[in-house]
Amino acid sequence: MYSFEYERPKGISEAVGAVGEDDKFLAGGQSFLPTLKLRLAQVDKLVDLGSIAELKGITVSGNEVSIGAMTTHATVASSADVKSSIPALAHLAAHIGDAQVRNRGTIGGSIANNDPAADYPSALVALGATVHTNNRTIAAEDFFVDLFETALEEGELITKVTFPIAEKAGYAKFPNPASRFALVGVFVAKTASGVRVAVTGAGPSVFRQGDMEAALDSNFSPDAVKGIKTDASGLNSDIHASAEYRAHLISVMASRAVAAAS
Amino acid sequence: MTSVSMTVNGKSVTADVAPNTLLVQFIRENLRLTGTHVGCDTSQCGACTVHVNGDSVKSCTMLAVQADGAEVTTIEGLANGADLHPMQEAFKENHGLQCGFCTPGMIMSAVDLVKRNPNPSEETIRKELEGNICRCTGYHNIVKSVKQASENMGG
Ligand SMILES: Cc1cc2nc3c(=O)[nH]c(=O)nc-3n(C[C@H](O)[C@H](O)[C@H](O)COP(=O)(O)OP(=O)(O)OC[C@H]3O[C@@H](n4cnc5c(N)ncnc54)[C@H](O)[C@@H]3O)c2cc1C
Ligand code: FES
Ligand code: FES
Repeated sequence: MYSFEYERPKGISEAVGAVGEDDKFLAGGQSFLPTLKLRLAQVDKLVDLGSIAELKGITVSGNEVSIGAMTTHATVASSADVKSSIPALAHLAAHIGDAQVRNRGTIGGSIANNDPAADYPSALVALGATVHTNNRTIAAEDFFVDLFETALEEGELITKVTFPIAEKAGYAKFPNPASRFALVGVFVAKTASGVRVAVTGAGPSVFRQGDMEAALDSNFSPDAVKGIKTDASGLNSDIHASAEYRAHLISVMASRAVAAAS
Repeated sequence: MTSVSMTVNGKSVTADVAPNTLLVQFIRENLRLTGTHVGCDTSQCGACTVHVNGDSVKSCTMLAVQADGAEVTTIEGLANGADLHPMQEAFKENHGLQCGFCTPGMIMSAVDLVKRNPNPSEETIRKELEGNICRCTGYHNIVKSVKQASENMGG
């Protein structure tokens, strides 16, 4: 790692004030520290969000679950509130990486990073979540822009994510056997305004599968999506899986996600 | 340099470190506790696993300054004098290691997993140890060790 300065502020406004042009926030460090170690990034200063109490925790009120940006994957996975309101979200968090990664990695860090194979983006888009920052709210669908790219401005801080509680939701992923990142992950949510199907791991960034949404709107069953194909052009192709294989996995994972929905 | 203070295996330590010092470097090089191993240095293998405030973490993927104010436990902190921790005892009895390189991390992860799952099934043990890689044993005796330790730990 190149050298850098380090600051650990206690509040949101101090953190936003502390982060300059060549500085970065540090959350769980499970993506950014490996990047720094490989010298793929360089910063003047890391602003550690670890001591900001108001960025942590989960609350449920009315028809909404709110998760602070610094809430770890392990906390979401074991939360009784999440398990009872959106069990698919707890299931998703429980299958991110491994136990040690879940003990440090956070929801805010995961979505800010927008790795094409990350799990959370699919849940945010399918459930119609809202990303809250220090100065605005962004609909999940507008938040994830492209490969490792989000709608966040320089120095903008995610404070929390709010999820409307769906009637039913399910998540299924085909994990890369080494890292557990999604080769393909599909999150299906049956909401008051219709069914939403979001796919991660397959393309440069999360996307919705409209044909599957239409089919599930009229028949919410695993068989309804089995025969629906996704165009492989534009999908990721790498040593782990070809674009065609990923396209095939979308149908399989979507069907499993519907079967698992509760 | 930044000043850090933390409690390691029950003892408080304070030092000045460069902010880019990893927790594992601090543990091994400053504190000379070399039981915590570096296998991959790329967040994959879990050989560097220690507990920070009771939770297992990869100490190669955390800065020493992030542990400021924390309680850290390393493999050296598990035994009570000459009495091995039940997890260490079970690894010894079940031949849960061969070369032993992965073992400190494996044991730290295993202690954390039993804390969270007091009576783990074989499947739970295997899933919870996904973050720890062993190149020797084929895992079978590791799983057996953890199962036995969980019984001895009163699960
Ligand atoms: C071995 C391994 C396996 C993994 N497997 C998976 C997996 O299966 N699925 C998966 O989804 N992920 C996986 N991950 C990634 C993991 O989930 C990371 O924790 C996550 O992507 C980043 O979260 P973090 O809190 O560690 O963020 P950091 O690494 O600290 O930060 C990541 C980026 O987000 C920015 N950032 C962080 N917080 C905020 C905020 N509040 N506001 C604005 N910007 C912010 C940082 O500046 C940085 O650019 C894995 C990681 C490892 C090491
Ligand atoms: S040395 Fe830390 S995970 Fe391998
Ligand atoms: S015993 Fe040799 S790596 Fe596990």
